Amino acid sequence: MSFRAKELVLPVLRYGLLWTLALVLSACQPNQDPETLNISGPFEFTSQDPSRTGYVYTRLQVAETLVEVAPDGHLLPGLAEYWSAEDGGLRWQFQLRSGVRFHDGQVLEAQTVVQALEIARTKPGILNTLPITQITAEEPLKLSIQLSRPHQPLPAVLAHFSAVILSPASYNAEGQVTWMQGTGPYRLIEFGPPHRLLVQRFEGYWGKVAQIPKVLYLTGHRAESRALQVMAGQTDIVYTLDPASLDLLKRRKDAQVHSELIPRTIQIKLNAGHPYLKDLKARQAISLALDRSGIATHVLRVPGTEANQLIPPMLKDWHLPALAPIAQDLKQAQALLQELGWQADEQGILHREGQRFQLKMITYADRPELLVIGTAIQAQLRALGIDMGLSVVNSSGIPSAHHDGSLELALIARNYGTVADPLSLLLLDFGAQGNGDWGGMNWNNTAFPQLLHELEAEQDATLYQRKAQQAAQMLVDELPAIPVLFYTQQTATAQRVKHFSFDPYERNYHLSDMRLATP
Amino acid sequence: MMRLLLLRLGQAALVCWSVGTLSFILMHLLPGNMAFRVAAGRYGYDNLNLAAAQAVEIELGLDQPVWEQYLNWLLDLMRFDFGNSLVSGLPIAHELMHFLEHTLMLAVTAMLLALLLALPIGIYAAIRENCWFDRASLLMSVLLRAQPVFMVGLVLLLIFSLQLRWLPVAGFDGPRFLILPAISLALVLAALSSRVIRHAGVEVIHSAFFQFSRIKGLSFGQTLIRHGLRNAALPVVAFLGIQLVTLIEGIVMIESLFSWPGLGHGLAHAVFNRDVPMIQGAAMSLGLLFVVLNLWVDIACHLIDPRGRAES
Repeated sequence: MSFRAKELVLPVLRYGLLWTLALVLSACQPNQDPETLNISGPFEFTSQDPSRTGYVYTRLQVAETLVEVAPDGHLLPGLAEYWSAEDGGLRWQFQLRSGVRFHDGQVLEAQTVVQALEIARTKPGILNTLPITQITAEEPLKLSIQLSRPHQPLPAVLAHFSAVILSPASYNAEGQVTWMQGTGPYRLIEFGPPHRLLVQRFEGYWGKVAQIPKVLYLTGHRAESRALQVMAGQTDIVYTLDPASLDLLKRRKDAQVHSELIPRTIQIKLNAGHPYLKDLKARQAISLALDRSGIATHVLRVPGTEANQLIPPMLKDWHLPALAPIAQDLKQAQALLQELGWQADEQGILHREGQRFQLKMITYADRPELLVIGTAIQAQLRALGIDMGLSVVNSSGIPSAHHDGSLELALIARNYGTVADPLSLLLLDFGAQGNGDWGGMNWNNTAFPQLLHELEAEQDATLYQRKAQQAAQMLVDELPAIPVLFYTQQTATAQRVKHFSFDPYERNYHLSDMRLATP
Repeated sequence: MMRLLLLRLGQAALVCWSVGTLSFILMHLLPGNMAFRVAAGRYGYDNLNLAAAQAVEIELGLDQPVWEQYLNWLLDLMRFDFGNSLVSGLPIAHELMHFLEHTLMLAVTAMLLALLLALPIGIYAAIRENCWFDRASLLMSVLLRAQPVFMVGLVLLLIFSLQLRWLPVAGFDGPRFLILPAISLALVLAALSSRVIRHAGVEVIHSAFFQFSRIKGLSFGQTLIRHGLRNAALPVVAFLGIQLVTLIEGIVMIESLFSWPGLGHGLAHAVFNRDVPMIQGAAMSLGLLFVVLNLWVDIACHLIDPRGRAES
């Protein structure tokens, strides 16, 4: 072939490769922007409406509430400096902080708070379950809330993310948030649903101005990818890591793993009206068959998180510290079931009056560890002689199956800390004769909701704690739901992040207190 | 040409109706309560209860008969109104544009990179038929094509993100984030197309018209440019049309691996949340993408081949 191929093809090849290399190299630089803190987590957002994904904006410190929550669960002043209850807990007064400005320059006044809370009450959520009859601006910085019946945890509910106070300019005529104008140390400057948020330091913040000028949040959908992001230096803080990545990250010098117990409990919701589960002994047998230590150590790789009750330790009023751990005891579990007439066949499966002990458990994929724990429970119950099927549904399948009556067992991760005082949540979960979408099902207990309603009106702190402990003990004794593990939040930070702290209530990431070390 | 355009337009309309209708039927056949699903997508599982589901049902008219919901959708479609997302409440067209923009950005970059790699490699391998370069490119093609696209992406990610720390792992926040997913896709696409180009080139070089041109006195380069490239381009362009299927499939996988906010990702999340208008919109967009890309291939073939133009 006489043609000199190099003349035609090689230049194209050469320049093509050079161009590609130049493009790649020009873009190749590690993330060392000293002005921006990069964070990543699993949650997506599609709206700026506080009732939907308001937690995103309180975590990024764009929006604030009247009341704040300390890491130990104590209520702290937020946009309200102090508050008090009058008239037997029927009327609450909140004194607002002066000199607070929204990101659009508007000054915080009682009237703007009234508007924000009234709009929030129209949306589905914990706020519209409160017995509020009227919210009034009494003075420019004084607000009163009138209730139809006493509700002691009102200030705690006002710390919920759906109760953030936004400037009137944030809403359109229909009460939808068009652009969030909060009061926090960071203001929203870019909103790219469902994965990207950029916030910038708000110089006019009423408190201590943030140290880091900008924070970029990028959704990392896969836990493995999020772990790689921090290893590759792309991301400074990664929230919610998977157990498999933990060992890998712990071995690295350029990243630090933080493990914090949070008020979320992995538990088995059950149908207490099911013929096989209606007897307390059957529920106790299932609880005794669980190897919680095995699951904590080998599945979640966080030993010491075994749950012996539903309410986690940081919710002190509601937690029973003296309660002994529940050790796996198959013999006692088998004896309890024998008392109920269950006998094992040659394959070890229990039968009673010609019926096989067969149950169906559902769980959801939003929290990937639930499926792994579910399969461990399946094997552990099989050892007891219970044939349990496990299927994964959308998270909506749990309350949906609760209402259509088809639910038998469900493995769920319930957050008792969405409100600093779990009373409001317990009322939702066990308030309707012991039942609720994520709590009891066909438990039909009247004493427990009665106790919760008494607690609503209880103003004496000592008596409140005593009754809360009594309620916690009832849940332990009656087992309308079976506790499995307390949840640990795993977070990884890059070396350059200083003054990192984690809020166990996951309301606030405290980004304004952090700083970035110079390389 | 006009006939071709009308044909493709008819195909596009058929794709819109059939894909939309199929998505609608499938979503309504799935087990589970739709109002609960949408409420879970909106408010998250921690805040989901019967009251939230009932509010969603009333707001979105989910208590209407299914046929009425279908007719409403069809009427809206005829007015080019895709409706609003059940979860975010934002117009579907707005959401789709956001996802489509990212998917197209990835697809076009990957395709361009693939051509940039495949064309010189394929042509050089054709010219140097059976030499070491030809064999080496065959080996590389087989090795790359035998891997699923996410495996290629994973290897690149481990080298360039984790070891060298040059490029980001996942997400999207500027052109740097485009490089790894685009190269992963481009390598897999180029692996096959370089061989097609090579075979088309070899066929042309061995053809009678090519030999005649050389005998006529033209140099190899002149012959290749005047007669070879255009003839070799025809099967290559037609193949690229087929390869677009691989591209769209690959994009869905690559979007998942690199947390890329494209149509594949949007479609998957819409299915989880039972966001029917969003599913219909995303599936229709993917279908229309096929029609549009095939139209481009047809137009390209039409322009390359004068015989086709003479016939039409």
